[in-house]
Amino acid sequence: MNKEERKIVVPGEIIVSGEKYLPGDFTIKNKEDIIANRYGLVDFGERIVKIIPISGIFEPRRGNVVIGTVRDISFNGYNVEIGGPYSAFLPIMECPRFVNKDNLLDFAKIGDSLAFRIVNIKKPSIDLGLKSRNLGKLNDGRIIKINSHKVPRVIGKEGSMINLIKEKTNTEITVGQNGFIWIKGELENEEKARDAIKLIEKESIFNGLTQKVEEFLKIKEK
Amino acid sequence: MAYTKRTDGRKMDELRPIKAEVGIIPNADGSALFAYGDTVAIAGVYGPKHLHPQHLQNPEKCTIRCNYNMLPFSVTERARPGPNRRSKEIALITENALSTVVDLDRFPGTVIDVEIIILQANASTRCAGINAAAMALAHAGIVMKELVSSVSIGKIDDKIVTDITKEEEDHNLGEGATDIPFTICSNSKKIVHLQLDGKMPTKRFNEAIDAAISACEKVNQYQIRALKGEKINENK
Amino acid sequence: MKINSVRIPNINKKKIIESLGKNKRLNDRGLLDYRDINIELGISKNAEGSARVKIGKTEVIAGVKLSTQEPYSDHEDEGTMSVFMEFSPLCGERYESGPPRVDSIEIARIVDRGIRESGFIDWKELCIKKNEKVWSIMIDIYCINDDGNILDVSSRAAIAALQSAYFPRYDEKEEKVKFGEFTKNKLPLTKNIPFQITFYNIKENLLLDADREEEDISDGRFTITLSQPKNEKIINSLQKGGTSAFSSQEINLMIENSEKIYDTHFSKIDNQIKKLIKTKN
Repeated sequence: MNKEERKIVVPGEIIVSGEKYLPGDFTIKNKEDIIANRYGLVDFGERIVKIIPISGIFEPRRGNVVIGTVRDISFNGYNVEIGGPYSAFLPIMECPRFVNKDNLLDFAKIGDSLAFRIVNIKKPSIDLGLKSRNLGKLNDGRIIKINSHKVPRVIGKEGSMINLIKEKTNTEITVGQNGFIWIKGELENEEKARDAIKLIEKESIFNGLTQKVEEFLKIKEK
Repeated sequence: MAYTKRTDGRKMDELRPIKAEVGIIPNADGSALFAYGDTVAIAGVYGPKHLHPQHLQNPEKCTIRCNYNMLPFSVTERARPGPNRRSKEIALITENALSTVVDLDRFPGTVIDVEIIILQANASTRCAGINAAAMALAHAGIVMKELVSSVSIGKIDDKIVTDITKEEEDHNLGEGATDIPFTICSNSKKIVHLQLDGKMPTKRFNEAIDAAISACEKVNQYQIRALKGEKINENK
Repeated sequence: MKINSVRIPNINKKKIIESLGKNKRLNDRGLLDYRDINIELGISKNAEGSARVKIGKTEVIAGVKLSTQEPYSDHEDEGTMSVFMEFSPLCGERYESGPPRVDSIEIARIVDRGIRESGFIDWKELCIKKNEKVWSIMIDIYCINDDGNILDVSSRAAIAALQSAYFPRYDEKEEKVKFGEFTKNKLPLTKNIPFQITFYNIKENLLLDADREEEDISDGRFTITLSQPKNEKIINSLQKGGTSAFSSQEINLMIENSEKIYDTHFSKIDNQIKKLIKTKN
C-alpha cells in the first residue's frame, strides 16, 4: 500500500488479520490479529504492519540532533529544556575545550539556545553533547516549536522539503528532532519560513503536501 | 408503581444523545470532550513529562496523575471550588482504571497529567470524565493496549437501565435507585472500575454486567469515531 | 495551583523586541489590535448564565450562579457579587493543580472591580427584603487554554455570562430559591457596560492582547476598565501589574489610547452578544 492510503487507527483496533503479517512499531499480534497500541497512521510493509505516530511528546533517541534552551546552570554543566519526557543535561566535558567550572557563564547563559546531539539516555535523564560541526550556539534568528512527529515531513525525503523552504525564503534553518526549529533570515523571510513549517504541521497527514507548500511559498513571494 | 417508562422516554438500554470530539484544547498533548446528554466532561492530557519533586517519581514506571474538577456552575446549586473528598476519590478511581491499559514501562520516572473538568452535570459525571480521559490519552499518542469505556448502569425500582440521569438517581419509589458505574476495556472486556451504591440482589448482578458490556461497546464506537476525526453531536 | 517557570529563548525575546521596534508583530497584527474574538453563550445549562469566549487561542469559560443571603450591614438593600477565577491545569503545561495562587486572585479582583465600579449591576434591584434577604451573584471564571491575555478574555466572558443570565425562580411563600427552575427575568443590568483593556509593555512598546510569548517577555501590564454612561468615557478601575515602571506620559498615553480602543471594539462585541442573546430566545 502506498502513502496515499494510510488511515488513522486507535488503540485496541484490529488493523488486519492474517498469519503472514508481523507486528511492527506500536502494534502487537494476538493470534492472527495485528492490533494497534497507539493512535496514528498505519503503514503496511511487505509483511510488517506498523504505526506512524502523529501526536504526542518527543521521544528521544541516542544520536538525535535537538535544539534546546538553557534553563539552569549547575556546578558542572547546563540543565537544558528540550521538551519530551526527560530532563537534559550538557556536561562540561561535552563542551568546547575552554569551558571549565569557573567560566560556565561565559559559554552559555540562561535562555541561550543551542543545537545539541543526544549522547546518552539514562532514564529519566539525557546527556547532551556538542562535538560535531553543525552543533553549538544559535545566535540571532528565532526558535519555533512544532509537534516532533511532524519533523520527518518538514525535512522531506533526503531534505527536499526543508531545502525548498530554505531556498524560497533565503533562510538558514536547523531542524531539531525534538520539534524545535531554528530559523534565521530577514524578518519577513523568517515569518514566511515559519508559516510554511506550520502549514506542514497542520496538513502533514493529508495528500498533496509538497504542492500545497510550493503554492504557499509562491504566493508569499509576490 | 413500577418503573416501566423512563422519565426521558428512552428505552431501558438506550444511551443519552452523545457528544464526542478530540483536540479541543490546543495546548494539551491530547484532549477530548465527551457528553452523555446534559453531562459534559472535558479532559486534557500533558505528558509523559518530568515529575518534580524527585521523591514522587517512581523510578521503574510512569505515574498517571488525575485531577477531577466539577466547575462550580456545573450543578444546580453552586459547588464550592476546589478539591473535596468526592472529587479526590473519583480522581483515584479514574487513575486506577486508566493505569491498567496504559503502558507504564515506557517512560519510567515520568508523569502523565490527566485533567478532567465537568462543564455541566446531570449524573454519570465520572463516567463521562473517564470516557473523555481515555480519548485524550489516545489522542496524546500514549501507548495503550486498548481503550476503556465507562457507563453508569442503574437499577431503578426493579428495572436495569443504561446511562442513568439525576432524575433517575433520585427515584425513591419501589426499590429505589441503585447506581452502578462500570468501566470496561474495549477488547478484553475486563472491568477496570466498578462501584455500586443502593440495593441489588446478588442473583441479578449479572444483568447489570451484561447491560454494561453492551453499553460500553456502543460507547467505544463513539470514542473511535471521534478519534478518527468526527465531531459527533447527537444533541442537535 | 502551581505555575512552573518557563524559559523563553533569548533570541526569541530579542526578535520580538526588534520586530516591535519596526512596529511589526506576529501575523501582521498591529500593536493595538485584538486577535479574532469568538463568543458562545449558554454553554453550561445549570448555570444561571454562562459564556465561552475565545480571543485568538486563549479560551475562558465563565458561569454565573445566583443564590440569596443576608445583606451586608452597610448595604442593607443591595445585592452582592463575588468573582472567582482559576487557571485550569488543562490550559497549559506550566499549570499544575493546587490552591489558587495570587495570579488568579488578582485577575478575579481586577475583573470584579471593573464590573462593580461601572454601575453595570443595579444592586438595589437585587434586594428581596431589606435588611433580611438579597440576591447574591457568584461569577466563576476558568481558563481552559492559555495563549496570553487571560485577563481581558476573563472580563469578556464574565460580562457575557452576566448579560445572558436569568433569575432562578424565587418562591415567595417558602422564601427559598428553586434552583433548576429558571424565569424569563434577566439580571438588573444597566447600560454602563464595562470594557476592560490591558496594555502590556515590552521595553518601550505598548501592546494590546499579548499572546503567550509576548506576555512572558513583557515587563509589566496596565489594565484600564472604561464605561460610557453618557457622552464621556469614565475610568472605573485601573491596575498596574508586574514589576515595570511607567512614566506619567505613558500612563496618559494609555488612557488616551484606551478611549480609541473602546470606540473601535466595544460596540462590535456588545452587538455580537446582544445578537446571540436574541437568537437564543
